[in-house]
Amino acid sequence: MQLDLQTLTWLIPVPPLLAFFLIVLFTNRSKGLSHTVALLAIFASLALSWTVLFSVIVWPAFGKQVIASAVPWFPVGIAGLTETTAFQMGVLVDPLTAVMLFFVPLTCAMIFLYSVGYQNWGKPRDPRDVPGKPPHYGIEPLYSRFFAYLSLFAFGMLLLCVADNLLLLFIGWEIMGLCSYLLIGFWFAREYDDPKKITPRQAAVKAFMTTRIADVIMLLGVAYLYWETGTLNFREIFYAQDGALLKLLAETPSFVGGLAAAHLIGILLLVGTIGKSAQFPLHTWLPDAMEGPTPVSAMIHAAAMVSAGVYAMIRVFPLFDVPAALGGAGEHAARALGLAAEAAAGHGLSPAGATMATVGAFTALFAATIAVAQNDVKKVLAYSTVSQLGFMLAALGIGGYIAATFHLMTHAFFKALLFLGSGSIIHGVEHGLHHSHEKIDPQDMRFMGGLRTKMPITFWTFVIGGMALAGLPFVTAGFWSKDEILLDAWTHAPVVFYTLAAAALLTAFYTTRQILMVFFGRPRTEAAAHAHESHWTMTVPLVVLSVLAVTAGWLNIPSDFPVFGALAQSLGGDFFFKNIVGKSLLEKPEAIPFHPIPLATSIAVALGGIALGWLVYRNAYAKADSPDPLARLGGLYRWLQNKYYIDEFYDSAFVQPTLALARNVFPFIDRGIIDGLLHLIGRVSLGLGEIIKDYFDVPLVNRTLSDGSGELVKGAGRELRVIQTGRVQQYLVISMAIIMVVGAYVFLMAVR
Amino acid sequence: MTDIPLDWYLWLSAALFCIGVYGVLARKNAVAILMGVELMLNAVIVNLVAFWRYLTPTGSAGMVWALVVLAVAAAEAAVGLALIISIYRRRQSVVAEEVNMMKF
Amino acid sequence: MTFPQLIFWVTAAVILASALQVVTTRNIVHAALWLIVTFFGVAVLFVLLDAGFLAAVQVVVYIGAIAILIIFAVMLTRRVMQDTGSQTNRHLIAPAVLIGGVLFVALLFVFSRTRWPLSSAAVPPDSLQILGLELTSPDFYMTALVTVGVLLAAAMVGSIAIARDEEKD
Repeated sequence: MQLDLQTLTWLIPVPPLLAFFLIVLFTNRSKGLSHTVALLAIFASLALSWTVLFSVIVWPAFGKQVIASAVPWFPVGIAGLTETTAFQMGVLVDPLTAVMLFFVPLTCAMIFLYSVGYQNWGKPRDPRDVPGKPPHYGIEPLYSRFFAYLSLFAFGMLLLCVADNLLLLFIGWEIMGLCSYLLIGFWFAREYDDPKKITPRQAAVKAFMTTRIADVIMLLGVAYLYWETGTLNFREIFYAQDGALLKLLAETPSFVGGLAAAHLIGILLLVGTIGKSAQFPLHTWLPDAMEGPTPVSAMIHAAAMVSAGVYAMIRVFPLFDVPAALGGAGEHAARALGLAAEAAAGHGLSPAGATMATVGAFTALFAATIAVAQNDVKKVLAYSTVSQLGFMLAALGIGGYIAATFHLMTHAFFKALLFLGSGSIIHGVEHGLHHSHEKIDPQDMRFMGGLRTKMPITFWTFVIGGMALAGLPFVTAGFWSKDEILLDAWTHAPVVFYTLAAAALLTAFYTTRQILMVFFGRPRTEAAAHAHESHWTMTVPLVVLSVLAVTAGWLNIPSDFPVFGALAQSLGGDFFFKNIVGKSLLEKPEAIPFHPIPLATSIAVALGGIALGWLVYRNAYAKADSPDPLARLGGLYRWLQNKYYIDEFYDSAFVQPTLALARNVFPFIDRGIIDGLLHLIGRVSLGLGEIIKDYFDVPLVNRTLSDGSGELVKGAGRELRVIQTGRVQQYLVISMAIIMVVGAYVFLMAVR
Repeated sequence: MTDIPLDWYLWLSAALFCIGVYGVLARKNAVAILMGVELMLNAVIVNLVAFWRYLTPTGSAGMVWALVVLAVAAAEAAVGLALIISIYRRRQSVVAEEVNMMKF
Repeated sequence: MTFPQLIFWVTAAVILASALQVVTTRNIVHAALWLIVTFFGVAVLFVLLDAGFLAAVQVVVYIGAIAILIIFAVMLTRRVMQDTGSQTNRHLIAPAVLIGGVLFVALLFVFSRTRWPLSSAAVPPDSLQILGLELTSPDFYMTALVTVGVLLAAAMVGSIAIARDEEKD
């Protein structure tokens, strides 16, 4: 049985990869065949994952006992003459992977199914459509390509989930980086009238470049880790021999200001996540990634890419958790870096963990404030993703391993749901546009309204997702996971707690605002009035995900929670999630005792945010051009609406200076010095060439050498032509004779 | 085995190899040339196995090499004979001397 | 002269005599049969060298497959190669003998000047098992095995493609 499970684990990422090659090589002419292949593949992966998952989860010693299987990948260094040590590549299913295997293939499968409807399957090809632009009404011209990319994307994510070492994880990570580039720029030919609006092409490049910066630094961390430990295997570093390697890392000083090696590695890896999971200050690519088709946004935001960033951090969590064994120097460096959270917490946080908590908490609040003032339905969700990822990192930074993992899972469900819902909304409005022929942006919430009755399924599922995001108490998954994070923060780092509570309040507020603007009131445009419900392939995933967005939260109800704890206990499901996931670590994290203040805060911010949103936005948008109620805040609102001008700041701080430098340097250095030199050299050599030509080339080379040698070769050829008979055996005789002469020469030289 | 010195095997394989060379160079029939090649390959295998036996009997590299050469010989025979049959079909001849396509 | 030596000399004589027949006989079918004798002699040598497995492989692959293949080829192309006349290129005999002879002398010279690092170890009894394990282990010769497999597959496809009668399809 053990062996079979190992094989199955190896097979998990394979079907989507096969699907990618099949589609690219064979079926790309047939759109129907292509999506069939892709769907079969992802559902095969889902089946494999869940088979493995439900087999291992019942093991009593799961955690101590894991599925691990590795093969030698490439030799690294020679230990003896005949013995080489090989880098091991393999798969690992420990409790953490099991969690990923639960939600990643499922969300991916839902997104795949949704894409069928989203890309207008079943409609005839519209003759106006061109590849690289969004279709008008007919089927997407590059339909097959879309599914090929999605499959490769899913492969990258699944590979990352089952990887047993950091290098394989990094490979999956980079495959996803490539796919996100390809998919964000899927409508590569799209142009906008407004030159300031970023096009998909630019957004793709931006996403790729930003994450690349982070990845290089992350790779440094990987290399450093390998250098210190000689292995990248998660179990070997974090689990084997009671964490001996980890202790070693904590005791080894790094070359930066007294920081322990473990913490420096952690920070370097964290930078990778800051890029991938779009944390401040590298968050700018993620909202622009909305330029891709909506299923891609869901894929990036929920199922794969950004989850991968957080997942990687959870994987290497022990690096952040080991106390600084070096004593004062590391702590001192952490303070010198101005880590507020660490200073405030004052106990137990490592410098790396403090960095992570600071980045996470700041991003959570920062992105939530931006989300409040956005009008694009997908942009709101994008910033909310950034904010929620901040929650997870903050939780992880202060040691809330379980809480972060739990929120990662619940967030994947409800955020995928919200994105797919927003795609459905946009589809509906676009459909309305075909009737009304208005010139409006179908993604702008100001032009919607009243969709509640037009798109009931989308409405109800979107409300469920939105309430989960807002953390509506007791019923939604978002409440349970967020409450857990707040409880952790309350116990470990009050500053983080206050920040996150404020962010949670804003989250509830902007979610309510979004739901009100999109679904309630009267339709503000003709297009919204003519919107209608989407195809079943789009609504089925919505319903499935909305069920999970509610029920996933019940997996980790604390035993000492009032009322619900006892209820869960009687069903045997209290701390179900924690009991499973906690076993990934050497030391199972202890349960944090229940405290009423974080619970009260959690309920208060959720309900307060929703109520506030309801009050402010209930009747705010009567017409599409009504001013936003928050506009009364004046300058602050404009700051928020323009995302704190960070894009502009980056543009003027990095992009423009580079361009300006290039522009200024170009005439001077290029034109003046380099070109001048080149011209000079050119002229001198031209003159020289003339002289040589007249006195050397023509008489000597042309007449004697070249013509002469030509004649010589011709003559020799004429003479030697007899050798070339075309008969193999004669050739063989000649070559054997030559070989023997050369061989004799070599041998005699060697002997002498 | 100690009765037989390694050199005997080497001489034998050298002789076999040279006979094969002669066959390849002198025979008319393409099939006969192929037989010469097989003789040469067999000499090589004898050499490999003899060296394995006398130098590194505890390892298995020599055996693996011999097996690889065997497999290559099989592949070579298959392709070579296919070529011969193909040429025969086009030219009604298997005389290597009459096949002079290997030139401009 | 000990018994193994005797076997060696007899086998060597058979091998060399039959090999000479292979390259000199006029009848190509006889040449193919003499080739089988040579292969068989080599298989005996393998037994003398404690490589029984290889001897079996030699019999199966060389005699069972290659020699039969050659005989088939001879039969298929028989019509034009009448058994009359010489099977040898007259003008190539001299160079071929010269090259063969010089090569032989050169090889003997090289052998006589080299001191081999002889090992007196015996073949381990489970050498065949080790061979099998190492052939399928990625730490050892799995790459070689896989490469050979690919080569054989390619050779098979290639021979079919080459020998196919194109006019018929």
